[in-house]
Amino acid sequence: MYRYDNYDQAMIDARVAEFRDQTRRRIEGKLTDDQFKPLRLKNGLYLQLHAYMLRVAIPYGTLNSRQMHKLADIARKYDRSYGHITTRQNIQYNWIKLEEAPDLLAELATVEMHGIQTSGESIRNVSADQYAGAAADEIMDPRPWAELIRQMTNFMPEFSYLPRKFKIAVIASDQDRTALRWHDAAVKIVRNAAGETGFEVYAGGGMGRTPFLSFRIRDFLPAGQFFSYLQAILRVWNMHARRDNIHKQRMKILVHELGEEEFRRQVEEEFLHFETLGEDFPQAEYDRIAAYFAPPPFETGLSEEIDRSDPDFALWVDRQTVAHKAPGYAIVNISLKPIGGIPGDISADQMDIVADLAERYSFDDLRATHAQNLVLPHVRKSDLYAVWKALDEAGLGAANLDTVTDIIACPGLDYCSLANARSIPVAEKISERFAGRETELGELKIKISGCINACGHHHAGHIGILGVDRKGTENYQLLLGGSGAEDASAAKITGPGFDEAGVVDALEKATDVYLAQRQEGERFLDTYRRIGMEPFKEAIYA
Amino acid sequence: MLDVLRLRDDEPTDEPAVTLDSFLDQSNASSVRIEAGDDVRRLLPALDRVRLVEIDFPKLRDGRGFSSARILREAGYKGEIKAIGDVLVDLIFFMQRCGFDSFAPNKPFDPEDAQNALNRYPYVYQDAADGRVPIWKLRHG
Amino acid sequence: MKIITGNNLKTGAVIWWDGQGWSLHIEDAADVGDRGDQILAVEDAACRVNGGYVIDAEKTAKGPRPLHIKDRVRAYGPTVRADLSLKPADPEAGSWVI
Repeated sequence: MYRYDNYDQAMIDARVAEFRDQTRRRIEGKLTDDQFKPLRLKNGLYLQLHAYMLRVAIPYGTLNSRQMHKLADIARKYDRSYGHITTRQNIQYNWIKLEEAPDLLAELATVEMHGIQTSGESIRNVSADQYAGAAADEIMDPRPWAELIRQMTNFMPEFSYLPRKFKIAVIASDQDRTALRWHDAAVKIVRNAAGETGFEVYAGGGMGRTPFLSFRIRDFLPAGQFFSYLQAILRVWNMHARRDNIHKQRMKILVHELGEEEFRRQVEEEFLHFETLGEDFPQAEYDRIAAYFAPPPFETGLSEEIDRSDPDFALWVDRQTVAHKAPGYAIVNISLKPIGGIPGDISADQMDIVADLAERYSFDDLRATHAQNLVLPHVRKSDLYAVWKALDEAGLGAANLDTVTDIIACPGLDYCSLANARSIPVAEKISERFAGRETELGELKIKISGCINACGHHHAGHIGILGVDRKGTENYQLLLGGSGAEDASAAKITGPGFDEAGVVDALEKATDVYLAQRQEGERFLDTYRRIGMEPFKEAIYA
Repeated sequence: MLDVLRLRDDEPTDEPAVTLDSFLDQSNASSVRIEAGDDVRRLLPALDRVRLVEIDFPKLRDGRGFSSARILREAGYKGEIKAIGDVLVDLIFFMQRCGFDSFAPNKPFDPEDAQNALNRYPYVYQDAADGRVPIWKLRHG
Repeated sequence: MKIITGNNLKTGAVIWWDGQGWSLHIEDAADVGDRGDQILAVEDAACRVNGGYVIDAEKTAKGPRPLHIKDRVRAYGPTVRADLSLKPADPEAGSWVI
């Protein structure tokens, strides 16, 4: 993975010093909350229901054991011994004190980590495929580009006070594991007929109150021109976005209001202008970064044998492991969704265990996914049993990837001051109700958001749940048919909302319809797309 | 406390700034104020008459002025660009990179905060209007 | 009744105006009538509270109970982690929120 040089380190060290100074001025009363808020958000520090919350960047979801051990230490020292993996591959701490935050960031900086631009109206953490470097289907590892884009977009002088947040994703495969179409800007790395590397560029996606899928703004952009193209997109948006209503300021709204053609026209015109400035990052810089992502020294001649005599292990292998490009290896998914538990939370002790497993069994390489799980990307098949035993002992052995109990849920009203309803108890109840039915129901992605900000990605759920405030009480809307994969779509609401018990019942009725109606090989999503909303609506509201 | 922070050596103009519309109508004005919603490119044909451009930040979080300043510098404007309005001292580093060379904030700056802000970052990742050499160029000579 | 809540600036802890200062415990929250904004203006300027706001609550035998569930969650802690709440040993505490 990428390692900072003295330049990178100097930048984040300076950032820590800047934040320390800003915090001092806030505590001394020299900065009001209105002035300090955008500054602390640029370092990932929120003021939430119970305390300050810090969001630490895990760039494109990649980290090593040293970093994971530090995250565990930080959880113990500055928080309550746990953290939460988010839907953008970051980690959050919920019990931070402002007066300790500068020291916390200083400690993170010693392992090349930070909270820079993880919140506020900035360009956020770049998402990439959690299987990068291991996936059999990628044309190349997307992470060198993700790292280069990170360096392009951190500390951008013109684009640090944007109309709203801006999220970027990078993939290099036909299968999309990043929810590409839901990002403000995204690239799919491709090669043209001449063998040149370029980008399919997408723009204008986003969730929130009004979900929009991005559109393909460019079929092929030579990769080396991306910095100019991105600046063009950002400048058009920065200059023309509405500034009067926070709910109308994401770029997706501008794209929708101008129309795709006009938006593209303006971006292409701006791009021609930026090309004259000669600011693109050179191939040499890409090559320098790519060298850090060379494949690890995979062994050859390894056994492909897996002893399946333990049925629990066999089930875990079937559900949690994925084919690796190197013979004899497997990609291991670590579930952070214990049955009846809090999705995405991980204790400090568990962090240390996972860090050790990564170091010992996965070339010191660990990933976070936007489904709030973790990945050990490079595990020898002959080591799978040992890894599983260790995970199982640590409470991380659930075998439920992409099934009914692998639920995505935002922190919701239990933690978040923006929320209208609690999301975690709903996830827990669904998990308990459906435990044991994972194989029966197959691939089923349930996503729960506690408010319209959609941090739980409910618009992209095969089944989505949105918590709302109905006259001071919690109410839940059920949505069907969303997807964050390459077959992206926005889920549709079924009808009037339910209370907490009601929405779990309604969800079960929806799965009953699926079971009754499905054809050979159909997932829930496929059956819904074939038969439409009506049969589900009828059953739910009968 | 600093009511105005000016990073230029030349004499400041004492001509008051007029609106963009007025400026384009008049032939003798040399100071113009760009509101956040103005299209600064309307000024480009008249740039050689301009000595001072004031760019307003109506709200701390409204970042349109950063683009306006950079566009002026990209067009070759060498005169003064002044940030006015709700300008927080913490933002002046990025503002300077975008081409601002003076600041007249609603709330005066603490001079020490201003110096800290301007000198905070030893390097920059990207090219901008200030001509500082980006890290990638330092890496590759 | 009207009570005021906010967060301690330095620690982020949830605090409640008790009539003279700030308490960590909602049981101490004082009825501020229509003086809430006035009090907040002073306390915010003195950095004794951050992000404070006035809320409606009902008087109960156990003390003030906020009318909105969000503020009850603030008073208690996350309902899904009783061990992290203000009253980890009290089995009734969670049902007070809901």
